[in-house]
Amino acid sequence: MKFIIAIIKPFKLEEVKEALSQLGIQGMTVTEVKGFGRQKGHTEIYRGSEYTVDFLPKVKIEVVVADDLVGRVVEGIVKAAKTGKIGDGKVFVLPIEDAVRIRTDERGEAAL
Amino acid sequence: MKLPMFNPMRAAFAFLAVALISLPVLADEAAPTIDQRVAALEAYVNNSDPGKSLTGVPGPGHNAWMMTSSALVLFMTLPGLALFYGGLVRRKNVLSVLAQCLGIAGLVTIIWWAFGYSFVFGKSFSTGFLGRFLGGTEFALLRGVTSAPNTDYAYWVSHNVFAMYQLMFAIITPALIVGAVAERMKFSAILVFMTLWMLVVYFPLAHMVWGATGLMNGVWNAGAAIKAIDFAGGTVVHMSSGWSALILCLVIGPRLGFGREKMAPHSMVLCMVGTGMLWVGWYGFNAGSAVAADGIAANAFTTTTIATAVASFTWGMIERIFRGHASILGFCSGAVAGLVVITPATGFVTTTGAVIIGVLAATASYFFVTIVKARFGYDDALDTFGVHAVGGTLGAFLTGLLATGEVNGNLTSGAALKNGLARLVTEGGLWHEQLKAIGITLLLSVVATFIIASIVKVVIGLRPAPEVERQGLDLMEHGEEGYIE
Repeated sequence: MKFIIAIIKPFKLEEVKEALSQLGIQGMTVTEVKGFGRQKGHTEIYRGSEYTVDFLPKVKIEVVVADDLVGRVVEGIVKAAKTGKIGDGKVFVLPIEDAVRIRTDERGEAAL
Repeated sequence: MKLPMFNPMRAAFAFLAVALISLPVLADEAAPTIDQRVAALEAYVNNSDPGKSLTGVPGPGHNAWMMTSSALVLFMTLPGLALFYGGLVRRKNVLSVLAQCLGIAGLVTIIWWAFGYSFVFGKSFSTGFLGRFLGGTEFALLRGVTSAPNTDYAYWVSHNVFAMYQLMFAIITPALIVGAVAERMKFSAILVFMTLWMLVVYFPLAHMVWGATGLMNGVWNAGAAIKAIDFAGGTVVHMSSGWSALILCLVIGPRLGFGREKMAPHSMVLCMVGTGMLWVGWYGFNAGSAVAADGIAANAFTTTTIATAVASFTWGMIERIFRGHASILGFCSGAVAGLVVITPATGFVTTTGAVIIGVLAATASYFFVTIVKARFGYDDALDTFGVHAVGGTLGAFLTGLLATGEVNGNLTSGAALKNGLARLVTEGGLWHEQLKAIGITLLLSVVATFIIASIVKVVIGLRPAPEVERQGLDLMEHGEEGYIE
């Protein structure tokens, strides 16, 4: 099992979700987040005052997948979220110890 | 068949009816003739003195327009200005602005009822020197302010409607000031400051400009020492609030984190909604200032529309050229600047004058809020100085250059003939009188505000504790949040 975290552009969420569903992923957690990478922020001007907005809105997707799916899931996310422009985001893959489905007490990959 | 019987009740009614019908004729031998009655109706249409007939009654059309205008001017503050300013602050302070506008509306209404109206529009001081600066005490607690017109100010508008209309001006003027000190002034300090400010700055100024015995009331006071004109409040409302705002924001100091933290508006949508309400409400402010539904009101309505649209568009285009984007705040700021500058001129200038005013309004205010403010670094948070002081001063001056008797006969007849205003309007030189009015307004606003602000600062303090300001005034001062997740 691997824990996959993807930070993507908000308007790409639908496409990424679609791609993951086609791979048989049955659930995910999505959060609206803010942050910056190389893209940095942008400038807003209100009358005489100029403000640099450092943190840009992004969407964070968290999903846990079985080992045999990891490669295809990462590939699917990257393909769906790519625009080729700066600020497309990142995907992180982490090891994970265990998973429990609360309703049935199932453990490990069976819980996914 | 039954014959009708003599009925004592019916006979008594018949007698009473005859007596009642003939009573007025018997009681009032000098009943108005048909000519006098027709003349009174003509006077209603012309907005002039009804003479012998129809005295003591309001004219329905004029009264209807003034009640509508009163509601429109209140709408400028609640919620127009409240939303315009509310959208421009950070989300943690949105309610504080609304609370300040609501608090001022209630506070000023009580003062107005108690003695404010009388101080501005009474006449009991008129025999003495004081009469040039304050009205009188006879209308305190609104005694004698009934539905019958007060012919010193309007032949056809109920006195109580006139008093309420003028109250709405007294409400919005101090509310404008809060823009400069938004996000960092204690609610209690605002209430105390505004009470003193109304007494020392607004009431005397409003009387000097609009009171029947006022020092600077060129149009209506035959004995005016300064023959200045101000149709709807360029000096009384905008210069006074704008210059006072600058001084108050200098005394109170900048917001914590000013220049380092992001202090961008939290909702441009609310700001635009508020701007639209201000613009619509301003028709009551400007066209209503004719205190009649007459041709002068019609001219004011027209010039208000044109100057505002021109100024809004001009500001947007200046931004587009110099910054690359025409912003919503730019269009909104331009509209308000146009409304401010046309205010003193609206019933006195032609549509050509209004176009000139619109272009200059946007250009001057843009220069002050973007370049001058950045250069000097004062924290006029929502640009009350840059828009209202600059616009009000510019408007008062331009009125001196652009006013014409063609659109407003009052400039060349009546009191204006006696005090010399008519000659200034036709032969030029009015701008000189306007400069005197500008000087008095500026001096009174600046000096009085500095003294009042300093007193309030020493006695109760102007600012909340730093942690209150950091946390936001909404939660800490009012116990509420603007947006509940």
